[in-house]
Amino acid sequence: MSLQDKDRIFTNLYGFQDWGLKAAQARGDWDDTKALIARGNDAIIDEMKASGLRGRGGAGFPTGLKWSFMPKESKDGRPSFLVINADESEPGSCKDREIIRHDPHKLIEGALVAGFAMRARAAYIYIRGEYIREAETLQKAIDEAYAAGLIGKNASKSGYDFDVFMHRGAGAYICGEETAMIESLEGKKGQPRLKPPFPAGAGLYGCPTTVNNVESIAVVPTILRRGASWFSSFGNEGNHGTKLFQISGHVEKPCVVEEEMSIPFRELIDKHCGGITGGWDNLLAVIPGGSSVPLVPAEQIMDCPMDFDGLKAVGSGLGTAAVIVMDKSTDIVRAISRISYFYKHESCGQCTPCREGTGWMWRMMERLRTGDAAIEEIDMLQQVTKQVEGHTICALGDAAAWPIQGLIKHFRPELERRIHEHNAQFAPETLEAAE
Amino acid sequence: MADRHLAPDTPELRERWGNFAFTDANKAKADWHIAKYPEGRQKSAVMPLLDLAQRQVGEETDTQGWLPLPVMEYVADYLDMPVIRVVEVATFYFMYNLVPVGKFHVQVCGTTPCMLRGSDDIFSACKKRGMEKGKVSEDGLWTLTEVECMGNCSTAPMVQINDGNYEDLTVERLDAVLDALAAGEQPKEGTQEPGRRTSEPSGGPSTLKEMVTENHDYRGDW
Repeated sequence: MSLQDKDRIFTNLYGFQDWGLKAAQARGDWDDTKALIARGNDAIIDEMKASGLRGRGGAGFPTGLKWSFMPKESKDGRPSFLVINADESEPGSCKDREIIRHDPHKLIEGALVAGFAMRARAAYIYIRGEYIREAETLQKAIDEAYAAGLIGKNASKSGYDFDVFMHRGAGAYICGEETAMIESLEGKKGQPRLKPPFPAGAGLYGCPTTVNNVESIAVVPTILRRGASWFSSFGNEGNHGTKLFQISGHVEKPCVVEEEMSIPFRELIDKHCGGITGGWDNLLAVIPGGSSVPLVPAEQIMDCPMDFDGLKAVGSGLGTAAVIVMDKSTDIVRAISRISYFYKHESCGQCTPCREGTGWMWRMMERLRTGDAAIEEIDMLQQVTKQVEGHTICALGDAAAWPIQGLIKHFRPELERRIHEHNAQFAPETLEAAE
Repeated sequence: MADRHLAPDTPELRERWGNFAFTDANKAKADWHIAKYPEGRQKSAVMPLLDLAQRQVGEETDTQGWLPLPVMEYVADYLDMPVIRVVEVATFYFMYNLVPVGKFHVQVCGTTPCMLRGSDDIFSACKKRGMEKGKVSEDGLWTLTEVECMGNCSTAPMVQINDGNYEDLTVERLDAVLDALAAGEQPKEGTQEPGRRTSEPSGGPSTLKEMVTENHDYRGDW
């Protein structure tokens, strides 16, 4: 049984209707928010834990549990902060944009409720710099909410004071990493911090901070209104809820759509995207969770449930549910090499394995693309990815390594074919000498 | 890391930009930004202030704008920060232009999702019109930049030109947008595919169909 419209959270996902406060209220946003807050901090956190919501930014950490790490009282007068990660930059991801420009009040109401639950004094929404029109909409929505008394002093007449501020980034993928985001909010280069201390202990301005993804926050009011058991009725065990999937690449109709977690890949594509270009036989591979996760070959993904555990079982991950579909016309080596270039471009330069490794891996990938390499260099590349992975402060090094590892794992014959072809064409004598 | 370098600090640069100061309107905006952060944390506002400064330079030069060193010094002074900290920020974030750009900054996304949907053709079309990556065209109108994923993957390929996105591009649709801009018109932003609203499946949404025609409240069905 598939998800029905009445169970979709983002009903104005496509912006057919007005994003403004009045229209949002008519759809059910800001409906007696005071009563949600009156349930109390711990009751809200418990409800979120029970709902099974796992963070929608990629890592899938349980949201309610994350909030419970925040201090219950400030012993030294430091305030707590909620930082909302709207720095959506993972190649393939385009869901937070739709929330921000078409349903911004869900996000702002979620900020208040989540901020209250974790005892935060204010929320900073860090939106990527390139979302210029989206930021304009969000700021207008924030202004509307202030003017209506929904946030600010005595927010929604709850007796709780809570501010919501928007901070625009300026084009740095790495600021999606939570500690880089905090650095950036403090007016510095977005270079990730070493953990510990974790942000819940010392984050923004050295104060307790929780960083949550836009989607994780925007679903909170609806979960509280409809109850944890409603949300957890969707999806397989441990992977509950509804989810915004973003399908790009070689499908007939790429789109963003809210679906039930654990929906099989084939159903997702057939129902919403009009199928794979050229039919299912033409499917080559899928990157199911944004550029950071390894690709999955066609035969393994077709009937795979699209959730955290299902995709882990095929050696990949759900990430942000940014599904990049590639048919057989794709130059698969180039597709991955372009991702390597992305990581080279976005490495912050702080850790040597990543700063040097991303460039090296990209250059190597470009040689593999044309086949201008030796067979042993495939193994050398694999080895270098292992030297980058896990040896950096943040996960960008891992994210740069995994797509290449996925390519080597599943398409090694293709890499070898290109090398043989290239060498036969340009250096037949070398090949003979080697044999 | 991206290769980024400051424009040379020359007497001409000092001459042109040494007296840079925010307009009254921008001063008000700058102070509004600073007020968002706790007292003593005014340097949190360095990013919005650099953006304001770049836009003001843009207005003065009829381009998208850029950040000459004296302008960065002004921002540093405004926020009581060392200049090097401002320069660090300006060089780290890709949206700050460190050299002059054209009136229209044509930023074509070339990352894999756009590549799969034909961004190569978009680049070729730009080059055919005389644009060159990282250069200002002779008529001063265009600067072409290849940018990394812009988050419009379900409406790929796309280009961001100054503040507006143009999505679902083909060569013909891109040409129409660029022609309109060159003629001083403002083309419609967003998807360029006729009949498509935003990121719904083209041809009409597969879900939430009531929303197309009315602001439907689904709570009655809960």
